[in-house]
Amino acid sequence: MSTAREELAVSRPAPAAVRVLRQAGYEVRIILGNGEQLLVSLVLPLLAMIGLRFVDLLDGVAQRRIDAVVPGVLALCLVSVAFTGQGIQTGFDRQYGVLRSLATTPLGRGGLILGRSVAVLAVLVVQGVILGGIGLALGWHPTPAGWLPSVLFLLLGAAAFTSLGLLIGGTLRAQATLAVTNLVWVLLAAGGGILLPLGRLPGLLGTAATLLPSSALGEGLRAAFIHGSLDLTSVAVLAVWAVLGTAAAIRWFRWE
Amino acid sequence: MNPSPGRAQTATPVPDAGPDAAVVVSGLRKGFRGHGGHLQQVLRGVDLAARPGEVTTLLGTNGAGKSTTLACAQGLLHPDAGEVRLLGASPWRAGAALRARVGVMLQDGGLPPGQKPLSYLRHVAGLYAAPRNVDELAERLGITEFAGTGIRRLSGGQRQRVALAVALVGDPEVLFLDEPSAGLDPVSRQVVFDLIGELREQGRAVVLTTHLLQDAERLSDIVYIIDHGRTVAHGSVAELVGADGPGDLHVSFSPGEDPGLPDGITAQRTGADSWMIPGLAGPEVLAALTAHWAAHGVVPHGLRLRRRSLEEAFLALAETDDDLTTPEQTQEVAS
Repeated sequence: MSTAREELAVSRPAPAAVRVLRQAGYEVRIILGNGEQLLVSLVLPLLAMIGLRFVDLLDGVAQRRIDAVVPGVLALCLVSVAFTGQGIQTGFDRQYGVLRSLATTPLGRGGLILGRSVAVLAVLVVQGVILGGIGLALGWHPTPAGWLPSVLFLLLGAAAFTSLGLLIGGTLRAQATLAVTNLVWVLLAAGGGILLPLGRLPGLLGTAATLLPSSALGEGLRAAFIHGSLDLTSVAVLAVWAVLGTAAAIRWFRWE
Repeated sequence: MNPSPGRAQTATPVPDAGPDAAVVVSGLRKGFRGHGGHLQQVLRGVDLAARPGEVTTLLGTNGAGKSTTLACAQGLLHPDAGEVRLLGASPWRAGAALRARVGVMLQDGGLPPGQKPLSYLRHVAGLYAAPRNVDELAERLGITEFAGTGIRRLSGGQRQRVALAVALVGDPEVLFLDEPSAGLDPVSRQVVFDLIGELREQGRAVVLTTHLLQDAERLSDIVYIIDHGRTVAHGSVAELVGADGPGDLHVSFSPGEDPGLPDGITAQRTGADSWMIPGLAGPEVLAALTAHWAAHGVVPHGLRLRRRSLEEAFLALAETDDDLTTPEQTQEVAS
């Protein structure tokens, strides 16, 4: 029997980068091929963009109304794909044992999370191209100096919201994750400083929302694209959320 | 004689792993905290060894601890105590190189319901440097018949076949199959059994769990009986069914002629004039019995040595394990 084993070729893993990129591609196909995810990730943000383009809620925030709309819509896209999308996907994958199964392959747990993070960034690029393109068609004029700060905010936002999505998807039951992430998405979109600047939120809500990662992301992107500036307060708030979210996910995430 | 069948086997649960063992589990203990912080001890001392070119079966009732044992052996769970070695290394937080050498089929399949079988299989294959040919594997397991159907629409047996393909696609040296035949129709079961036989012939170590005794009897080289989180016996099927002798001796007498049994023979009365002597230890016991009958001038009406099935051996061994905490139930019969 030992002779037979010696004749067996030792199975080897694909290179680490290949594994992560394959997983990322797989996740991107799931996100873009899922009607419900597309609704939250693209269709609803698009409707928000068109709606806000034709009402006066954001008048006075920027020279052109659309310049105040698009940064918030991009922030909403990020929350959709990183928080709601990853939370729900993780919750159901956990329920069906997919996470456990993939954890036993050469991909492993680290590769799985890394692949998902890369997928979130890839989908963000797709969202940015589509919705940014539509924004440009509607007259959006982003400040050139704002591109670099906006990339920083998108990366920090992706880290913060992906970790929060994984935290919820990795601790609650799948159905509970579905309810919580969708509810939070609606609440953050309406009053979390994503689409509407903090100054446009009523009274205490505006004050309370200051420390939310959603408002930090929205305010940071608006400051970048409208004024070309780096909002350090928002950077700090998002960074703290990213660190806390990641630490909590590492501590409490359950693979099964 | 032993008061209950299988007792001799339970006294030596620790396997002799040998230098070429692919999987070695020793003194494995694992508990989980339930509601209210109450610790439920699922594994209380599991030992097993699986060698290349052998099918090693963990046999036990539902909840015995088989799947938890596999999860620890696969590195999915960290043991509370004891040691687990997988291909000579600890599986906990194992690197990709070790994981590539191991295939895992989970009891619940672990398949994404929104995917189609072949596309998911291709995705998993892409995680290996030199995977098996996906089309050949799918053809072999009959997956091509439903390749275009979403996993959520597949029957339980079809999902089992896809899960098995996922475990095999990396061409692993060690395979963990958790209840591989559950939900399979007879044709699919035969395909899976043939495949497991081939994997054994190729020199791979196959570790499977089952609660189906006929599967264990048919597939296994070595069976570990797990009961209440412990290894209570191990050995080949032949060894387990004949753990304490060549079989059970059934003897009956004509009405009114029953001479009883000699002192020291443990037996169970099965009728007014019939007895069953479990686990006949050897020819000397048979000689003592016939001498006793000759002394009484009686010839048994019926005398039959019946080999135990694995099911009977399993039940006896599980009962023996229960006996460790419950009063002895087998009665000593005097002549």
